[in-house]
Amino acid sequence: MRAKLAGWMFAGPALLALAVFFFVPVAAAFLLSLTDFDIYAVASRENVRFVGAENYLRLLQTPLFWKALGNTAFFVVIGVPLSVGTSLGTALLLDAAHAKLQGFFRTALFSPVVTTLVGVAVIWRYLLHTRYGLINHGLELLGLRPVDWLGDPRWAMPAIVLFAVWKSFGYNMIILLAALQTIPEELYEASRLEGASAVQQARMVTLPLIAPTLLLVSTLTMAGYFQLFAEPYVMTQGGPLQSTTSVLYFMYDEGFKWWNLGSASAVAFLLFAIILAVTAGQAAAARRLRWSEES
Amino acid sequence: MKRAAVHIALGVIALLTLAPILWMVSVSFMSPGEAAASPPPLLPREATLGNYRQLLAQAGMGRAFLNSALLATCAALLSLAFNVTAGYAFAKLHFTGRDRIFRGLLAALVIPGQVAMIPVFLMLKSAGLVNTYLGVLLPAMAQVPGIFLVRQYAVSVPDSLLEAARIDGAGEGRLFRSIVLPSLAPILVTLAVLSFLGSWNDFLWPLIVLADDRLYTLPVALASLTREHVPDSELMMAGSVITVLPVLALFLLLQRYYIRGLLAGSVKG
Amino acid sequence: MTRGWAAAAVLACGCSAPQGPAVLELWAMGREGEVVAELAADFEASHPGVRVHVQQLPWLSAHEKLLTAFVGDATPDVAQMGNTWIPEMAALGALQPLDAMAASSKAVPRDDYFQGIWDTNVAGGALYGVPWYVDTRLLFYRSDLLAQAGYDHPPRTWDEWLKMLEAIQRRPGPEHYAVLLPLNEFEPLLVLGLNADEPLLRDGGRFGNFRSAGFRRSMGMYLRMFEEKLAPRATNTQIANVWNEFGRGYFSFYITGPWNIGEFKRRLPAELQGAWATAPMPGPEGPGVSSAGGSSLVVFRRSKHPREAWQLIEMLSSPEVQRRFYALSGNLPPRRTSWQDPALQGDARAAAFFAQLERVKPVPQVPEWERIATELRLVGEMAVHGQLTVDAAAAELDARADRILEKRRWMLDREARR
Repeated sequence: MRAKLAGWMFAGPALLALAVFFFVPVAAAFLLSLTDFDIYAVASRENVRFVGAENYLRLLQTPLFWKALGNTAFFVVIGVPLSVGTSLGTALLLDAAHAKLQGFFRTALFSPVVTTLVGVAVIWRYLLHTRYGLINHGLELLGLRPVDWLGDPRWAMPAIVLFAVWKSFGYNMIILLAALQTIPEELYEASRLEGASAVQQARMVTLPLIAPTLLLVSTLTMAGYFQLFAEPYVMTQGGPLQSTTSVLYFMYDEGFKWWNLGSASAVAFLLFAIILAVTAGQAAAARRLRWSEES
Repeated sequence: MKRAAVHIALGVIALLTLAPILWMVSVSFMSPGEAAASPPPLLPREATLGNYRQLLAQAGMGRAFLNSALLATCAALLSLAFNVTAGYAFAKLHFTGRDRIFRGLLAALVIPGQVAMIPVFLMLKSAGLVNTYLGVLLPAMAQVPGIFLVRQYAVSVPDSLLEAARIDGAGEGRLFRSIVLPSLAPILVTLAVLSFLGSWNDFLWPLIVLADDRLYTLPVALASLTREHVPDSELMMAGSVITVLPVLALFLLLQRYYIRGLLAGSVKG
Repeated sequence: MTRGWAAAAVLACGCSAPQGPAVLELWAMGREGEVVAELAADFEASHPGVRVHVQQLPWLSAHEKLLTAFVGDATPDVAQMGNTWIPEMAALGALQPLDAMAASSKAVPRDDYFQGIWDTNVAGGALYGVPWYVDTRLLFYRSDLLAQAGYDHPPRTWDEWLKMLEAIQRRPGPEHYAVLLPLNEFEPLLVLGLNADEPLLRDGGRFGNFRSAGFRRSMGMYLRMFEEKLAPRATNTQIANVWNEFGRGYFSFYITGPWNIGEFKRRLPAELQGAWATAPMPGPEGPGVSSAGGSSLVVFRRSKHPREAWQLIEMLSSPEVQRRFYALSGNLPPRRTSWQDPALQGDARAAAFFAQLERVKPVPQVPEWERIATELRLVGEMAVHGQLTVDAAAAELDARADRILEKRRWMLDREARR
């Protein structure tokens, strides 16, 4: 059938490209992770040994890996609620705004999303400067003590969270705004007639109807935040005291700085497994919650 | 009254959100060393183009700008070439395992792209493509989100139209060119804009692939600059302006298309 | 601009370079990168038919860029290379051995070079680099602030040094420290560590030796300076502008290298130009040693123009060009003849370096050294922040070094079995 052949011809190039540049490399990365392929091996193929699961076991015993995992977990656990919360809050505000002004505000709040990360990371590095940065200046005006944002191991990751939230909240804001705008006004009318306050309206009308979107947005944001890399690379080089070394930054160091490619591939797969487990867990938890609501 | 409160709140948030970008522009016009003061200045005492001159003359940012423009344009064209036909095929053409393959592609979105990076790099090395623009472009030619985007909109092309044309004896290629493409025109713009922006802002892959500084794109050149000129914040801001403002401007012009692309998968806008 | 575009278009299709003038790719780091372009222009003038394209790399990413270039078959023709990286690049087979060319060349006489410096370029019995400039670390200090604290000479031992630092710190005035030991640099701790009698690695570079008494003493000295608040717990970038802060008296001692002679001359105000000086490192009991660092020029094996590359190296090795290089960059020459320069002879600050160069020790010449040096910095930083005691830090360093050297041990054993 000509149509069937057409299907393959139209989809073929993309599928081929995806196979060559994604699926095959992923499989190859798995194989690499089972060897001690490093820069000696790049120089001469005979300098490689098959080591089975040793890379994985060694990683699980490497303190820096766990620290990177902890840093990344901190970023996700603090950053995702903060980011999605900000997106939801601003979406609610936009929804309540006058139609003519909505477009302007929407653009303003969305603009950080399209900016080049490296470009704005440079700005934020100076905003966060201990003595000459605007943020500490603002804190001083409020009567608070300045913070050594990028030099204090306790504050460097929160600084990066703040930066990441600023950069990305607009994205989810747009999606949540669209979801809010699909809620029919009649539902609010009905609940107001029954005497519900604003808060009750939010709980009984808004929240259930945007819950699926909220879940989707949270899951995508979380998966994205697990892949934190560029911010530590530009702003802190993984420091101070490796407090901003994320899992991917650790992988980049292993793979492209030291060329321990076997080990780096193992890190990548461990990260993949973790993201998979967490997103699957979140989906399962969500399903169970919905069941309990229905019953 | 409540509306006014909402607007004020939005105004404050918008100001806070835009503040870094506005400050970036302001500092870029300051003289060297002016910004390193406590309290930090908000506006330059005397605006100067010196930083821009130095960047364009000595640091090669002008060339990086052109490199980025060239690469992003090619990325957009490649994206259109590969993802549009595939998206249409997944929406309207029938072939064995079509839906299973599509679901598989979506599931694969969970895999972080960095997993594939190292083998792709080694692959490009054997092909002699490290340190070339092809090396930067090839791995990103086909993207599942792009295919998904096109498919969502291609689904809405009426089947009856296609069937009628087929009965009239039109070949699949002609069908695609004369019926499908025109009706997908808006989403093509969206895809092109998203691909252009994505390529312009891409940092990690060009950083790894490009060794020759004559080939650097803006983000890579800027990152290299920041590691060299740590104390010169005014120069860095000018570099940020050159990197960030073009895509911001592009976004402002083509907002509609960009945002439509955002909403494709999640909420039917 | 057009040349760049043509090159980009050609490179974009992955083709080999077009026929025409031979283009030598030269990679250089930091200030040297800025300065060498001028010298390269002279080379182009005297060698028609050869063009030199200088690419500047920031020091922070130079090592990884070189390795990435090697893996991706994108190496330049000539590069500046820290001499501590030569064992690594040679082990990978990335560099062209230079013995034949050096032996038959009058422009690179081996005996004229400081012996220890030349030796850092020899790996596995072959010469892989030509020393370009020497780098060692010693004390830069504010002689006026030291005088105010009651001392008219630089420290000669560690005990004396500590007393001076404490005296400076007790000085009244705005918030200040006595010495800057940036946490993003491994050199200060390394230099102190080299003053130990025991080597940093043992058994032919198979295992770490950081638990030796000498190194633990060095580490103790390093940590004490932070504990007593003589040094701020900060990196270079957090100090924003090191030269300004030195001028403001935020710290009075700084362990750094020759390039800062020129930088301080340039960036400090005129009234402070007589207020600072250099001095060789003090050691535990007497004059101390420092690192036998510096950069060499190397030719990559995959270079298509090895002959022209060597000619460029010859030009950069001539005493006149080295003196000019010194004038432009403040980098000290590796050849004794080049030191016969009125500018160098008359410079009291350079004299301290000449004295120190007689007392330099190389770092362990194993390919993994760069990685171990990074661990040195990281563990040092942890200890400074109070997370490790001296003994715990030494044990941790040994553990990390041993793990890094595991493959080297395997490869050496395999070689021995053959």
